[in-house]
Amino acid sequence: MPARRTSAAAFLVLAVAGAALVGCSKKDDGGGKASADGASGPVQVTATDDKCELSRTSFPAGHVELAVANKGGKVTEVYVYADGDKIVTERENIGPGTKVTVNAEIKAGTYEVACKPGMTGDGIRQKITVTAGASAPAKADERLTRAVADYRTYAQEQADATIPVVEQFAAAVTAGDVEKAKSLFAASRVGWERTEPVAESFGDIDPKTDTREDGLEEGQAWTGWHRIEKSLWEDGKIGDEEKTLAAQLVSDLKDWQKRVPEAEITPTGMANGAKELLDEVSKNKITGEEDRYSHTDLSDFAANVEGARQAYELLKPVASENDPELSKTLDAEFEKITALLGKYRAADGTYTSYEKVTEDERKTFSDAVNSLGEPLSKLAAAVVVK
Amino acid sequence: MDAENEQQAAPAEDGGQAQQHAGLSRRAIIGWAGAGVALGAAAVGTVAAATMSGGDGAPAPQAPEVPFYGEHQSGISTPVQDRLHFAAFDVITDDRDALVKMLKEWTKAAASMTGGREVGGGAVGVVPESPPDDTGEALGLPASRLTLTIGFGPTLFEKDGTDRFGLKARLPEALVELPKFRGDRLEAARSGGDLCIQACADDPQVAVHAIRNLARIGMGVVNVRWSQLGFGKTSSTTPDSQTPRNLMGFKDGTHNIAGTDADALARHVWVAPGDGPDWMTGGSYLVARRIRMTIETWDRSSLKDQEDTFGRTKIEGAPYGKQQERDTPDLSAMPADSHVRLAHPDSNGGLMILRRGYSFTDGTDGLGRLDAGLFFLAYQRDTRKAFVPLQTKLAANDKLNEYITHVASAHFACPPGVRKPGEWWGQSLFG
Repeated sequence: MPARRTSAAAFLVLAVAGAALVGCSKKDDGGGKASADGASGPVQVTATDDKCELSRTSFPAGHVELAVANKGGKVTEVYVYADGDKIVTERENIGPGTKVTVNAEIKAGTYEVACKPGMTGDGIRQKITVTAGASAPAKADERLTRAVADYRTYAQEQADATIPVVEQFAAAVTAGDVEKAKSLFAASRVGWERTEPVAESFGDIDPKTDTREDGLEEGQAWTGWHRIEKSLWEDGKIGDEEKTLAAQLVSDLKDWQKRVPEAEITPTGMANGAKELLDEVSKNKITGEEDRYSHTDLSDFAANVEGARQAYELLKPVASENDPELSKTLDAEFEKITALLGKYRAADGTYTSYEKVTEDERKTFSDAVNSLGEPLSKLAAAVVVK
Repeated sequence: MDAENEQQAAPAEDGGQAQQHAGLSRRAIIGWAGAGVALGAAAVGTVAAATMSGGDGAPAPQAPEVPFYGEHQSGISTPVQDRLHFAAFDVITDDRDALVKMLKEWTKAAASMTGGREVGGGAVGVVPESPPDDTGEALGLPASRLTLTIGFGPTLFEKDGTDRFGLKARLPEALVELPKFRGDRLEAARSGGDLCIQACADDPQVAVHAIRNLARIGMGVVNVRWSQLGFGKTSSTTPDSQTPRNLMGFKDGTHNIAGTDADALARHVWVAPGDGPDWMTGGSYLVARRIRMTIETWDRSSLKDQEDTFGRTKIEGAPYGKQQERDTPDLSAMPADSHVRLAHPDSNGGLMILRRGYSFTDGTDGLGRLDAGLFFLAYQRDTRKAFVPLQTKLAANDKLNEYITHVASAHFACPPGVRKPGEWWGQSLFG
């Protein structure tokens, strides 16, 4: 899991009928007439190294376009946060002197826009109000509505099932039982890994629970799974600090469990979330960087694939209609990668230590991930509302 | 360098483009200085000859697009472009239909890219939430004379005793497993491959874009086994322009086969009817060798030693005993173990191969030395009668071996050209 939270955005962006034509100018969103003061059209965001100015701070709900211009000297990022710093949309790596357009689908409510010069910290914040009464959303395909609901149920089940396992893991840490804690580590991560894009959409939880040492920002305290993993495998001992961290992990994950109902889930978000799970595998698991002390990478890898497959299966009724060939390819590739992972799974459900996986085998995994990830990136286009 | 006669490349600093000769070019000035230094290495002509004979390297301006369709694949006899991205792929599926489908998609994409157009639906996604077909980094760039040339390796026909795609019976006899030559130190991970694509262009970004997009289209069917970037063509197929220099500082390609010499191409490069299986008629066999140069020791060797190694003067490129680069060599005036003498057609019963090599530097080797050398590419009608005997001889006798090591090797059968839209790469083999 990345320290960066790129997945969040995808989950929260809605596919909008009609937005499919890139480059066509947006009709104004809901009755405003274009006027010289920019009361409609894109919201201009002017970011500098010490300012974050918006051309207007109130606009109707629905499709919102932020035209960001970085006029500062530092690389910046722009976030739209809902209450509790839940990320609605974000864009990173906006270079000095560049302009980008960030699109989002925003419901009525109050939000904060943040510019983060230097891409660190909480950023320069600006409150915005999104008013009701925007254009009616495109009529959604009922099957997609059901897919979203079913996926939320799945995400909730995964979170609910994770808590008892994490509690056992934490109990073992508290008892100072290194071996037992080690044996529960991988299992305690499965539910999280399966639904990672949802978990990551709450931007404040992932950094606390699933950051790797290299993902820490200057001055950030290292907490969560991987910090405890390092103590268990590297140091082979448990101190008071680790016991505190285990308790904190439980409470942070309970927070996640509680917030699943409010996660923004959309069909394209599900599709791209599935793709991002494969990206995760590609970037961190194939290399063995994710669980570098415990070498339980394959357990995370399998959970990522299972979660991606779940999202795909729920979208399949629509996807297979819109793009039958893609659907056929995805079925075959999911089968292949599942069978490949199966070869490394023992009867008790644990996976081969990644240390024992040779370079050649890693290449085979990498090929399987690419073979699935590439067509999976086309899934979003196959579930947009026509 | 090695199986080379006399040609090689030089990253000509004017890229072989028309130069205004308002004054002396930098090259000409070097010629002045160098001519003085070269005295004694060999009989040197006048300074005037040294500065004039390179021609002024101004070929006619070339159109940015090289035609994709034709009897032969482009990228073989095409005037050599400045940059290379070469990639070898392994096929990771055993589904023949999937492979054929990919080859058809590749052909379509190749026709688009060589024409300076975007791949598939272009660099815009179907919806903002979907990735675009074209990766986009060549937007706004001209075709840059991009050519894409495909080849099939021996392992496509049979691997570990398995006839993978029902092609075993169509394996050309000329597509041999290359013998181990003396001094070879080959890295398996950078050698071989089931398929290859040679992308040449005058702009490196265009060449890289092409390989990247083909690799992406190929996901699930092929993966990249190894790849090599090259700069500074080390061979010219256009004898009327400036002969390029290799990283050893010597002109390379003085005596290469010209892309306009239809007779020589027919004799030495294109597979003729009856040479082998029909599907290869009009094609050519490609040998790729990654040749590492120990440039640090080369640079410490005396000018005389360097010139003795090649048998030509360094500055002018004149064969020993002659004045100018293009004078007919008197082989007997060259040291017996000199590269040019050993590789010259006159020492090899008229044998010639078409070379299109490129220089490379891939960072360092961890010992403080540049990982640099020549990525040697040679096209021929029958490898068994061309590269193999030539390299056997060079590997045993060439003085140049003191400074070079062959570290990777591959051999491919490049099919004939795609003649018109609707046809596809490998159709004569799979069809």
